[in-house]
Amino acid sequence: MSDYQDPDENAELRLARHEGALPVGQRRPGMFGVTGTGDTSGFSGLRRQPWVELPAERPFGGYFDEVMDALAAAYPALDEALIKVVLDRGELTLHLRREHLLGVSQALRDDQALRFELLSAVSGVDYLARDGADGPRLHSVYHLTSMTYRRRIRLEVSVTVLDPHVPSVTRIFPTADWQERETWDMFGIVYDGHPSLTRILMPDDWEGHPQRKDYPLGGVDVEYKGASIPPPDQRRVYR
Amino acid sequence: MTTSDSYSPSRETTEGRVYSVSGGGDWDSVFGGDPLHEERLILNMGPQHPSTHGVLRLVLELEGESVTDMRLVVGYLHTGIEKNAEFRTWTQGTTFVTRCDYLAPLFNETAYCMAVEKLLGTTVPERAELIRVLMMEINRISSHWVWLATGGMELGALTAMTNGFRARERCMDVLELITGLRMNHAYIRPGGVAQDLPVGAGDKIREWIRETDKEIAGVDKLLRGQPIWVNRLRGVGWIGVEGCLALGLTGPMLRAAGLPWDMRKTEPYLGYQTYDFDVPTDDGGDCWSRFVVKVAEMRESLRIISQVLERIEQTPGPVMIDDPKIAWPAQLSIGSDGMGNSPAYVNKIMNSSMESLIHHFKLVTEGFRVPAGQVYVAVESPRGELGAHLVSDGGTRPYRVHLREPSFINLQATPTLTIGGQVADVIASVASLDPVMGGCDR
Repeated sequence: MSDYQDPDENAELRLARHEGALPVGQRRPGMFGVTGTGDTSGFSGLRRQPWVELPAERPFGGYFDEVMDALAAAYPALDEALIKVVLDRGELTLHLRREHLLGVSQALRDDQALRFELLSAVSGVDYLARDGADGPRLHSVYHLTSMTYRRRIRLEVSVTVLDPHVPSVTRIFPTADWQERETWDMFGIVYDGHPSLTRILMPDDWEGHPQRKDYPLGGVDVEYKGASIPPPDQRRVYR
Repeated sequence: MTTSDSYSPSRETTEGRVYSVSGGGDWDSVFGGDPLHEERLILNMGPQHPSTHGVLRLVLELEGESVTDMRLVVGYLHTGIEKNAEFRTWTQGTTFVTRCDYLAPLFNETAYCMAVEKLLGTTVPERAELIRVLMMEINRISSHWVWLATGGMELGALTAMTNGFRARERCMDVLELITGLRMNHAYIRPGGVAQDLPVGAGDKIREWIRETDKEIAGVDKLLRGQPIWVNRLRGVGWIGVEGCLALGLTGPMLRAAGLPWDMRKTEPYLGYQTYDFDVPTDDGGDCWSRFVVKVAEMRESLRIISQVLERIEQTPGPVMIDDPKIAWPAQLSIGSDGMGNSPAYVNKIMNSSMESLIHHFKLVTEGFRVPAGQVYVAVESPRGELGAHLVSDGGTRPYRVHLREPSFINLQATPTLTIGGQVADVIASVASLDPVMGGCDR
């Protein structure tokens, strides 16, 4: 590996300033993303920065401005609730502080101008912090659908592994019941107020939360004609 | 002795720690009690019971024949598809998601591939879109046949089962002709579809349309006026539109309750707005309405297939995106020993073009990079809204793949449909939900 230095040393500081926005994945060195001496492309000095969702600014376009106006009217504390708004590939994501999740969800469901009647999906994403830092890496993601207006938006709440508590939306959207159980099972996000937060896909006596990024995939070497092939998570990867 | 962990109570024994079978929470308050000295009966139905559609476990609390409480236990078919997909390339992801809902594999593939394409910011050629529509609608009919066949068998209508599986077998023949496989096709790929329709597919599909039309008419005639069938379904397993929305039920469940919500109409994708078809609804909200809606849906799918087939024949062109950095490089052909890379292509990469070989090798082993971000794409599967939530960190492998599986969501409604009814009606209600445990547990 060369001693090439990153030209933008402040890049990470710049990224870190966006609260609740952990960069995804590792910094990628080289052309092929391999670590060690595998990069023979001559571009091993190349550095690509980790990605972070940058906040969007008005006007968002489409129906998103209308939704945000209606939401601000229906939920006066919206400014305080919002960490940032992300507009990416025509999808609007509201990053919320967890204290406000229930209030915002209620307003989104009940307000005449919003009417997000259907909670399509709840899932988790583990944006693993780099270098072992325990940032708010566990994201609870809610996809809402308004059947009345045919609109969709996404809510996101992020918590740390040490304090993985998110209020449960089951009282507003009963369909979240199993989906929150799945997210607890897979990511270890604790949904406070859930009627029965138990494992649902993994066995009851399972330890750990398998879809966290620091949970290994598992597997054993497979021998084939004298050669030994490691399990998928231990093979050479291109990042 | 129970520990204080409210999420997973356990007790210490000489053999080590033993966890509560029901998994803690408020389960004990429901199913605790003294089974020997109470009138009520706790009945475990499943996980290995033919009428629970795979490995679904129903825990019923009975008083006589009436269900007073019930819970579901799922997860017996969890195979870690979402986690596994994080360790393969974006293209290989297709082969994982196709195994979720194994009765509607082409819907899983389409939702996944449309999400990948949205992340990439690309579109697929028109012919590939048409073929996707064709394949999905054939798949919708084949999935509904399994629902009718298994549901009929569970309620004692064995001719529905034999006829349904016969008709489904014909769907499989068509899918096999096109993709080479009966199930788990991995036919729809990011950027298009794996290969074009084979010669003679149009005639074969037209013949199949005629046969299927007759089969639908036959089963419809057999069941619609059959008094036992009517009495087993009518007024059983009721849920209204409000209940559907609260519990997240979509698809035929919602349409049988009276709301014409079909994403092919409401949020059209793949050009569905250009086809002439109706969204069947009914206002009963019971198992009977679901029967009526699904049979009508099969007929509507046939209408779409007739139209799309005509368009495919009038739309020549590639079936894979014209971007060599994304499109799968190999050209497949049928040889004497089965399907494989075409001899011309093998000759090119092995004998004449070193660059082609490198390109092939890089694309197949390393895969393509997908710009970072997250998307949610939903399609109307035979069971409702099938959503793919994909997160990319800019690498060659998905950072997170989540499928919003309608089987998983819809099963939550089982207690609502069954509590207060008879044990026998539980079977009818679960059958009408049409759950596929491969999709539910993923």
